[in-house]
Amino acid sequence: MNLHLAIIVPELIIVATALVVMLADLTGRAVSAPPRWRGQLMAGLTMVGLIVAALLTLVQIGLPVQDIQNLLIGDELSRYLNLIVLLAAILSVLMAWDYLVHFTRMMAEFYALFLLAVAGMMFMGKAVELMTLFVSLEILSVALYVLTGFHRGQLAGGEAALKYFLLGAFSSGFFLYGATLLYAATGTTYLSEIAALAPGGFFTIAGLALLLIGFGFKLAAVPFHMWAPDAYQGAPTPVTGFMSVATKAAAFIALLRVLLATISVPYEVWSWAIAILALLTMTWGNLAALRQRSLKRMLAYSSIAHAGYIFIGVAAGSQAGMNAVLFYLFAYAFMNVGAFAVAAQLEKPEFSAAQDADISATRGLFGRKPLLAVAMTLFLLSLAGMPPLAGFFGKMYLFIAAVDSGWVWLAVAGAINSVISAYYYLRVTVSMYMYEPSEETFVRLPLQMPVSLAISIAVAGTVLFGILASPWLTSLSRSVVALAAR
Amino acid sequence: MLNYAWLILFFPAAGALINTFWGRRLGHRNAAIFANAAVLASFLMAVALFFGVRALPETAHRTFELPLWDWITIGDFRIEMALLIDPLSTVMALVVTGVGFIIHLYAATYMKLDDEHQPLDAARYARFFVYVNFFILMMLILVLGNNYIALYLGWEGVGLASYLLIGFWFHRPSAADAGKKAFIVNRVGDFGMGLAIMWLFFLFGKEAGSLAYHDIFAALEGASPAAISALTGVTLLLLLAATGKSAQIPLFVWLPDAMEGPTPVSALIHAATMVTAGVYMIARSHPLFQLAPGTMSAVAWIGALTALMAASIALVQTDLKRILAYSTISQLGYMFLAVGVGAYVAGIFHLVTHAFFKALLFLAAGSVMHALHGELNIDKMGGLKDKMPLTYRQFLVGAAALAGFPLLSGFWSKDEILFGAFQHSKLLYLVGLFTALLTAFYAFRAVFRAFHGRPRDEHLFDHAQEQPDGMVKPLWVLVVGSLLAGFLGLPQAFGAHINLMESWLEPVFEGVHVPEGSLGLVLALFVVSALVGLIGIYIAYARYVQNSGWAQSLQRSFAPLQPVLENKYWVDEIYLAVIVNPLRRLAHFFYGFGDQTIIDGIVNGVGRVTTTIGAGVARLQSGYLSFYALSLFIGAVAILAYFLLVG
Repeated sequence: MNLHLAIIVPELIIVATALVVMLADLTGRAVSAPPRWRGQLMAGLTMVGLIVAALLTLVQIGLPVQDIQNLLIGDELSRYLNLIVLLAAILSVLMAWDYLVHFTRMMAEFYALFLLAVAGMMFMGKAVELMTLFVSLEILSVALYVLTGFHRGQLAGGEAALKYFLLGAFSSGFFLYGATLLYAATGTTYLSEIAALAPGGFFTIAGLALLLIGFGFKLAAVPFHMWAPDAYQGAPTPVTGFMSVATKAAAFIALLRVLLATISVPYEVWSWAIAILALLTMTWGNLAALRQRSLKRMLAYSSIAHAGYIFIGVAAGSQAGMNAVLFYLFAYAFMNVGAFAVAAQLEKPEFSAAQDADISATRGLFGRKPLLAVAMTLFLLSLAGMPPLAGFFGKMYLFIAAVDSGWVWLAVAGAINSVISAYYYLRVTVSMYMYEPSEETFVRLPLQMPVSLAISIAVAGTVLFGILASPWLTSLSRSVVALAAR
Repeated sequence: MLNYAWLILFFPAAGALINTFWGRRLGHRNAAIFANAAVLASFLMAVALFFGVRALPETAHRTFELPLWDWITIGDFRIEMALLIDPLSTVMALVVTGVGFIIHLYAATYMKLDDEHQPLDAARYARFFVYVNFFILMMLILVLGNNYIALYLGWEGVGLASYLLIGFWFHRPSAADAGKKAFIVNRVGDFGMGLAIMWLFFLFGKEAGSLAYHDIFAALEGASPAAISALTGVTLLLLLAATGKSAQIPLFVWLPDAMEGPTPVSALIHAATMVTAGVYMIARSHPLFQLAPGTMSAVAWIGALTALMAASIALVQTDLKRILAYSTISQLGYMFLAVGVGAYVAGIFHLVTHAFFKALLFLAAGSVMHALHGELNIDKMGGLKDKMPLTYRQFLVGAAALAGFPLLSGFWSKDEILFGAFQHSKLLYLVGLFTALLTAFYAFRAVFRAFHGRPRDEHLFDHAQEQPDGMVKPLWVLVVGSLLAGFLGLPQAFGAHINLMESWLEPVFEGVHVPEGSLGLVLALFVVSALVGLIGIYIAYARYVQNSGWAQSLQRSFAPLQPVLENKYWVDEIYLAVIVNPLRRLAHFFYGFGDQTIIDGIVNGVGRVTTTIGAGVARLQSGYLSFYALSLFIGAVAILAYFLLVG
């Protein structure tokens, strides 16, 4: 019996915090505390849970690999994933802190669901058995469906949630079917056993293909991305920031584990599929982002494009490629959540349907709120891949890995895409600096301490991960196994 | 101790950040306290480093490298962030932080008023200190980095700080223009630097995959003859970079204009520290330069001619700060002369003494300028020694040190240079000696015109008064330095180990042969230059205090030269006609035809096509769920089909 429960202590803390949040809410209602206080309390409790889980994860780094009944594994990869998810969660909770009160009183429900999504992602990173993987995926998905439609007064949110849910159900079917076929091929759902048996043939290949479709949906890879722009735009902005980063991270790690298990499918076969997905995803995402008027929707398409960049690292299949993926996810967590945090500040407090910040709302922002504008500039430049920021090194490592594995055309396509993306990122920058503030321009939500903290952390991360890129990459590389040499 | 060397960078970085974020709220007093404390802490750290280096064994060249982190690793190429602590870098760090601290102290009072003598608001006051702290940080990176990339980073960083500070009174067009000019002229040099570093990497850095000094210099041994001969090209490019940063021929034109910056900036950046970066860089790269004798002669001659030319222009300037600016160019020329003849120690020694007396002169000039509400024209001064007795004494000491008055700091260091030049080439020596005569004259012309005689502008004179303690007291430290720093480098001929500078720097310049002269020769040269200095001072005295007839007729005999000098040899005009205007016309051509017609046509075309595609793509996002499901389905079929067909 391998029951090393210690490896899931961070996850358990998160689940427990979700319960505590709900209980505290009941108590709060019983003593009829004012909603604002309850909101602060819930956010505070959530924060404590997230930070404790993050600290425990940090303690775990470097410990030997252990597992629970071969269902969940505690290795370096899962620990780094925890860090990415928790980081994105912490930043998003800081963003939500004063944001939620503008449209909901159901604080406890929000934070409890949020924490369950976090727990689902963390379990997903540890899952090494197909059913466990599927259940984690569903935990996080169901929580996110609800969170997407959390702004009940707004039609767009409800519509987005429904679309997300229906298509998600569809894709879950694919995922499950893929798992079934793999079981049919091997008679087991344990990834390690699937890898050890290594049967080739129809069932394995078809199983992998179907699983890939399921992952493609979660990662918003083109052509499975259709839900993403609507869901990202309709969801409350802190949720958008969180799911655009953390879901991706968890799904990429799980995809990595599945690819490791289906060892009998040759590299040449699956890597081409991934490469095509990468090309389609980044090109489509960037092209669609070009003409967006809504800042949030533009960032949504940009998120799609970034999933495409990360696929390049997966396609490379090498140790360097995996390193680059992990590095990019970290960098992405800082710069993308940061960008959404700034975008959230430009929304109207009452935000009626489809009235989230237009790009023109950033006109002359530098004159009004210089630090906010500078922070946004850093995020956007990093997303565009400007040195010496984190995004530049992330892309550079991805492209180098691709070239080293012989994917020169893919790296070139990635570079061309970066150029295209620079256009719409810089458009916002130009609007912030070069124009006089228009009537539209004002920071619609007052800049509170928590969200300022979130933006500051994101700025620090975006800059420091650029300057200190090399040492960080080295420490990540210890956790990673090469796919090509499976 | 040496393991904490990074603290020396940390303090100014912290100071700059604190004032960036909270400067406005901190208010004048606290902003200045943070900035000053940062530099002071950095200076104390530099002192600690000095003792740390002294304790290092001689066998290891007294060198210590502190790796901080790997900055960039691409394949085998590695840029390490590491500090190089050795005798040379500690000397530089001491000068930068030591003189820097005094200037910070002075600026705390000086910068309370803006260029129009109105109180400066707290936000801009704090911003000034952000810039100067940032400058100190970058200068320290420049001198303490262990590789050429760090040098380049610092090089560009101090350039940026210089640009920002020259244009600090940006509402004045002349200041904004001067900032731009400095930046653009320096780009020319920096371009050379960039090329030189790339070339160096391909010649000597590739094997080790590194641009660290020790790797490059180690690769020199056993390098192919072709690579060694290519060094002439590399070092010439480095020299180009140095002429930009250190204001030598042909790129010196920006420095006089840089006087538009606040006076503490002129003292710190454009006299004591940044402009000496070129000298430091050549001294640091001496293993390269030693192998390129052609470049060495070029360095020496550029130095000597710049010294002569700038000193001659300084003779006729009437703006006090510009006199000092040309004097700085001239003194930097001496330093180039020194390193060009292989007398590296003499060059660094002069760098140190010059930092003291030139900073002193500038700050004292700043006091005068404040007392006269911004007036810098020496024709409107006169008689100030009674109004500002303390400032007068301070300026006098600085001027005497500059003029090479016997036994003051400038005397010793300039003589060591002249001695080195004498060993190398008599002609260089004569140029240097003649420049020394001019130097003594223009230094005391400034003293006599400003402080002696009758006031020429009664109104200004009546309002003049001694400046507050905050601006007067710090200068006494520099006075002591100007008086005594020379004794750090007494000639070796006077006895073994008497030249402290030489013994200290010896581990760095090991293997560079410096010819030693006999005691008799050294003494003879001393007497000559002491006389030359005194004669220069006497001529100035005769002309401007006694106003004696022979001095006037002497001046008249040089009258034909006057317009040449007043127009600064028309260098600016020549550059404008030969370089700037043709470039501008070319740029117009490229802009009009090349860029607007061809490039923009292509770019806009591509852009239009791309955004049109983008619009089409976005339109596919119709919002209909069934369409979304169809897309998902098509994708699924495609992937399945692919896997089953290929796999």
